[in-house]
Amino acid sequence: MTAQLPPGLEIEKLDERIMTLNVGPQHPGSGHMRLIVKVDGDYIVSCDPDPGYVHRGEEKMAEYRNYITNIPHLERPVIHDSCNVLYPYCLGVEEILGLEVPERAKYLRVIASELNRCVYTQYWLAIYGIFLGHSTMFMWPAGDREFLIDALEKMTGARVTHAYFVPGGIRNDVPANFEDMVLRRVDYFEKRIKEYAAIFYDNPILISRTRDAGVLSREDAIRLGTTGSTLRASGVDFDLRTKEPYDVYEELDVKVNTLKAGDSYARSKIPWLDMLESCNIIRQAVQKMPKSGSVRVKLKPNPKGGNTEVYKRVESGRGSLGCYIVSDSKPEPYRVKMSVGSFRNLICMPYLLKGEKLGNMPAVYWSLNYWPVEADR
Amino acid sequence: MSTEETKPAAPAESKETKPVAKAEPKELPAFEKSISDKLEKKFGSKTTIEFVKPTRIRVKVNKENVLEVAKFIRDELHFDHAESVSGVDYPSKKEIEVVYHLGSYTDPDLAKQILTLVTSATREENPNPGNDSTRLPSLREIFYSVEFHERECFEMLGVFFEGHPDNRRLLLPEDWADLPPMRKDFKIKGR
Repeated sequence: MTAQLPPGLEIEKLDERIMTLNVGPQHPGSGHMRLIVKVDGDYIVSCDPDPGYVHRGEEKMAEYRNYITNIPHLERPVIHDSCNVLYPYCLGVEEILGLEVPERAKYLRVIASELNRCVYTQYWLAIYGIFLGHSTMFMWPAGDREFLIDALEKMTGARVTHAYFVPGGIRNDVPANFEDMVLRRVDYFEKRIKEYAAIFYDNPILISRTRDAGVLSREDAIRLGTTGSTLRASGVDFDLRTKEPYDVYEELDVKVNTLKAGDSYARSKIPWLDMLESCNIIRQAVQKMPKSGSVRVKLKPNPKGGNTEVYKRVESGRGSLGCYIVSDSKPEPYRVKMSVGSFRNLICMPYLLKGEKLGNMPAVYWSLNYWPVEADR
Repeated sequence: MSTEETKPAAPAESKETKPVAKAEPKELPAFEKSISDKLEKKFGSKTTIEFVKPTRIRVKVNKENVLEVAKFIRDELHFDHAESVSGVDYPSKKEIEVVYHLGSYTDPDLAKQILTLVTSATREENPNPGNDSTRLPSLREIFYSVEFHERECFEMLGVFFEGHPDNRRLLLPEDWADLPPMRKDFKIKGR
């Protein structure tokens, strides 16, 4: 009987000892996804992640729109990190159309993407804090990110969904007092996030909950193909901003943060260290940026590419983000595939949660820097 | 009311309307060429090197040889993980291409490189995912990281991966009864 049923719909025999729990998709502890967890007493025996509740078919939609009208919807997977999500797509389209980006636009792109990385990480940190029962850690990052959101609003014109990057540069130049404004905000922001160490990262309760929870060894991190903070917390020094520098990252001094422990504590600390590094990068970029010049190459309407394909990748808030574009000499791309960090880290979940206590689940799950909407696309 | 204030600022665009012509590099990049030469030397006509660009190599392999070539890429060329697995549907050629983008964390020389391993399966006009000839060997035994990517490819293109332990739906609903949505003959309504 079960043989005729499609995969995933087989009838399962009940067990006397093992209990199956559905965590999500409405439960706030999992975001917009479901984890089918089997528990024996308090311990997790197996975990089967079930994403797809926010699948919107971005890749299919991209095949129906031309290279320019694809911009506003391709940034939707992570609206808090919208510049970084759009970055590889723009780099890819530039290669297909053979565009040369003006120097000033390259620096402004780096500033926007670093600001966006901080904004995203603050949002993630707020959620991580509240799920560990630390409500101050929800309030502080949620409030502090507003400084940078305001800076981005002055820069791009929108609070979260910026649609700021376009193939060939950026949409608009920044206002006149931009440099002072962004430096003042970044200085204050850096002072604020340094205070998080005392309340959160040196907090003995946090340390006792996250240390040695969900340990991912260096070998397994490589074998599972993880990326971003998950990879760097396991001791692998891999950051595309230094390994495959795009735009002007080559001229900036970027320090890559790695930790060796590979547990939830290390994974939660790496994004915070990255935010401090982002502040340094923004300062360098503002200093080195050309003070005037064009910021966009003008495109013909409905530009067409040749018969070619590109794969471009950037380092986003959640790790390496790749965009594979196949062009067939039409105004619309033939195929757009986004290889996102969250989807690549999904494979860790069954692996890391096996053998953990059920109470440790939020600590391990959220430390993976997983964004359900991005993974589903 | 002055008209100066309501007038929008002049767009900050350069006057250049012509895209900058790309200079075609005459000689292939040396490091990438050495990698593709190793593949050619070992497998000869079994593999087709489709292009060698700076930091990107594309290799096409028949599905009969893909496991052997993938093993060589992992053990001898030190590419250790898959970044993405994309399926591309070509109705005119009656095939579905599956594209593996492979990268390396362990070898610092290869950090920039992406090796694109391409294989293809026959395309059925009336697909019955899992029960027709659209089949490929799974690379999960060689690159563990392809597990979820291949599951996505199975549901989106209907390519069944033989030897994959978990050929199930991932992102689509369990009761999806239409065509695999990333195929070209699946049309969005109203378009």
